[in-house]
Amino acid sequence: MSLSLENVSAGYAGRPVLSGLDLAEVPSGSIVALVGANGAGKSTLLRGIAGLGEAKGRIVLDGQDISELPPEMLVGRIGYLPQALPQGSSLIAYEAVMSAVRAARPDSPRAGGAAAIEQVFDTLGLRDLAMRRLRELSGGQRQMVGLAQVLVRKPRLLLLDEPTSALDLRWQLTVLETVRRMADAEGAICVIAIHDINLALRFCDRLVVLGGGGVLSSGPPATALDADVLRRAYGIEARVEACSRGFAIVLADHALSLDHHSP
Amino acid sequence: MTRHLTALQERSASLADLYGGFIRNRLIAIGLLAVGLACSLVLDVATGPSGLPVADILTGLLDRDALPRGQAVILWNIRLPYAVMAVLVGAALGLAGAEMQTVLNNPLASPFTLGVSAAATLGAALAMALEPDVPGLDETWLIPLSAFACAMAATLLIQTLAGRFGAGTDTVVLFGIAMLFAMNALLWLVQYVASTDALQQMVFWTMGSLARATWEKVAVVALVLAACVPLSMRSVWAMTALRGGDDHARSFGIPVERLRLRVLLRVSLLSAAAVAFVGTIGFIGLVGPHIARLTLGEDHRFYLPGSALAGALLLSLASIASKNLVPGLILPVGIVTSLVGIPLFMALILTQGRRP
Repeated sequence: MSLSLENVSAGYAGRPVLSGLDLAEVPSGSIVALVGANGAGKSTLLRGIAGLGEAKGRIVLDGQDISELPPEMLVGRIGYLPQALPQGSSLIAYEAVMSAVRAARPDSPRAGGAAAIEQVFDTLGLRDLAMRRLRELSGGQRQMVGLAQVLVRKPRLLLLDEPTSALDLRWQLTVLETVRRMADAEGAICVIAIHDINLALRFCDRLVVLGGGGVLSSGPPATALDADVLRRAYGIEARVEACSRGFAIVLADHALSLDHHSP
Repeated sequence: MTRHLTALQERSASLADLYGGFIRNRLIAIGLLAVGLACSLVLDVATGPSGLPVADILTGLLDRDALPRGQAVILWNIRLPYAVMAVLVGAALGLAGAEMQTVLNNPLASPFTLGVSAAATLGAALAMALEPDVPGLDETWLIPLSAFACAMAATLLIQTLAGRFGAGTDTVVLFGIAMLFAMNALLWLVQYVASTDALQQMVFWTMGSLARATWEKVAVVALVLAACVPLSMRSVWAMTALRGGDDHARSFGIPVERLRLRVLLRVSLLSAAAVAFVGTIGFIGLVGPHIARLTLGEDHRFYLPGSALAGALLLSLASIASKNLVPGLILPVGIVTSLVGIPLFMALILTQGRRP
C-alpha cells in the first residue's frame, strides 16, 4: 500500500481551494497529519482523495490512479470519516456499525460478521455504548461510533476528518493510539485532518501544513514546523520546542493582527 | 446490587446476544401490530349500518354461499373491499412516509411533501370539471386514472429537475413546495371555472373516502404495493446507513443521489396509487412512521414493515371510527384521520420531547 499526490487541485461548488499539490509517496503503515488554519483546505483535500469532492490531478494508490479504479474496489480500500454523525437518529450504535458493513457489501449476508463488530467496539473501548441510541450519545461518543463504522470495514487507507475535535483528552489519545496500532500492525495508511497540532506532532510520521491554497511545509514532524511556517499558516507568533520526552511541541505566544492573517 | 449484577452480566454477554434481545422485542412488536391489524380489519368489516356478526364474517369468508344472499353481498361487495382498501392504502402511505422521512432526513416529511397529493387532486378535479368522454373507459375509472396520471406527471417533473440540478434534501424539498403551490393554484383555477355540481364533487373528493373502493381498485393498489415492497426491502441497509448522513453513506459506496431518486419515484407511485382511488388522506404517512420509529427504532429491516403496518392499522381504525362517530352517517375517512391524527401527532411529539 502506498499513496502519492501529483499536481492535485481540490475545491467545492466549482471553487478551487487547493491547487498544484504534490505529496511524495507515503509508504505503508504511515500516518500523515494535515494541519492548517480554518478554510486552508484540509477537509476539501480529504473529500477529494475519498472521491466525494471535486479533485483534479493524479491521486495514486498502490501505483494506480484512483480515477481508473472501479468504485467497488475504491470503497473496499478507503475508509472516510466525515466531521460529524447526525444527532437525531434512533439507530442503536451497534446497528449503525453493522449498517456500515452491510450497506457497503449488500450481497454478502455475513459481511458484517458479529465478531468483527464486537472487536471494533472492544478495540475502541465502546462496549458500554453499543446498545444505546445515537440520539442519546454526546457529540464525542457519536464521533467514536463514526470511527467504529470506518474501522470495522478494515480499510487500507483511512481518511479521518477531525476525528478528535469533540473528544476529551483520554479519548483523543485512544483514537490516535488505535490508528497508530492499525498503521503499524496492518500496514494501513492514515491521513488525518487535525487542529490539535501537538497531537499531530506526536503521532504522525509526516506533517503537511496547508495554507495559501497549497502546501506551506511538508516533512517529518521534527523538521516540518518552525516559527516562520506557523506565522504564515496561522498568523501567530509561536515557538517549536522539544518536551522532556523528546516530542516536538508548539507553544503559541500571541496572535498577529488580522492584517497578517484572515481565518 | 441488582444493577451491579446486571451490568456484570451485560459485560460478559456478547454484543450479538444483547442485540438479539432487541431483535426479539422488535419481532414481538411487529407481531402485535399484525395481530392488531387483523382484529381491526375484522371489526371494520363487522361495523356498519346493518349488523354483521364476527362469526358470520368468518363463515362468509370461508364459504360465500353459507350466508344469506343479502349478507354475502354486504360482506363481499361492500364491507370487505372497503376494509381491505383501508389496510392497503394505510400500508402504502405508511411505507411511503417512512421512506420519505429517511431520504429527506426530515421527520416532518410525508408522502405528500413533494406535492403528489395536490397533483392527484388537480387530476381528479380536471376529470370532474371537463367530464371527457373516453371510449372504452368506465366513468368510475376516469377520475382515479386522471388523478394518477397527474400525480405521476408531477413526480416525473420533480425527478427531471432533481436529476438535473442535484438531489440534495434541501433542493428536493424546495421543488416539492414549489410543486405544491403550483398545483394548488391550478386547482383553484379549475374550481373557479367549474360548475356547481363539479365543485361539490371536488370538495367531497378532497375529504378522502373509502366508499369508492371496489375489488378492481383494491387490486390495483395491491399490485403497486406488491411491486414496491420488495424494492424497498432490497435497500434497507443502504437506507439504514443513510441515517448516519449523506457523507457517511457515500463513503460506504452508496450512490446517495441515485438512491434518493429511486426512493422518491417509489414514494410517488405508492402515494399516487393510494390518493387516486380514495382521495386525500392526511397524517397516515406522517404518524405511521413515527409510531414505528418509537417502537422499532430506525433499523430499516424493521422500521419499513413497521411503518406499513402502523399506517394500515391507523387507517383501519379510522375507518371504524368514521362509521361510529356520527350515528347513521359514514364520515369521509380523511376527516377522521386528520381529526384523530392531530392530537395523536402532538402527543407523539410531546412524548418524544420528554425522552432522554
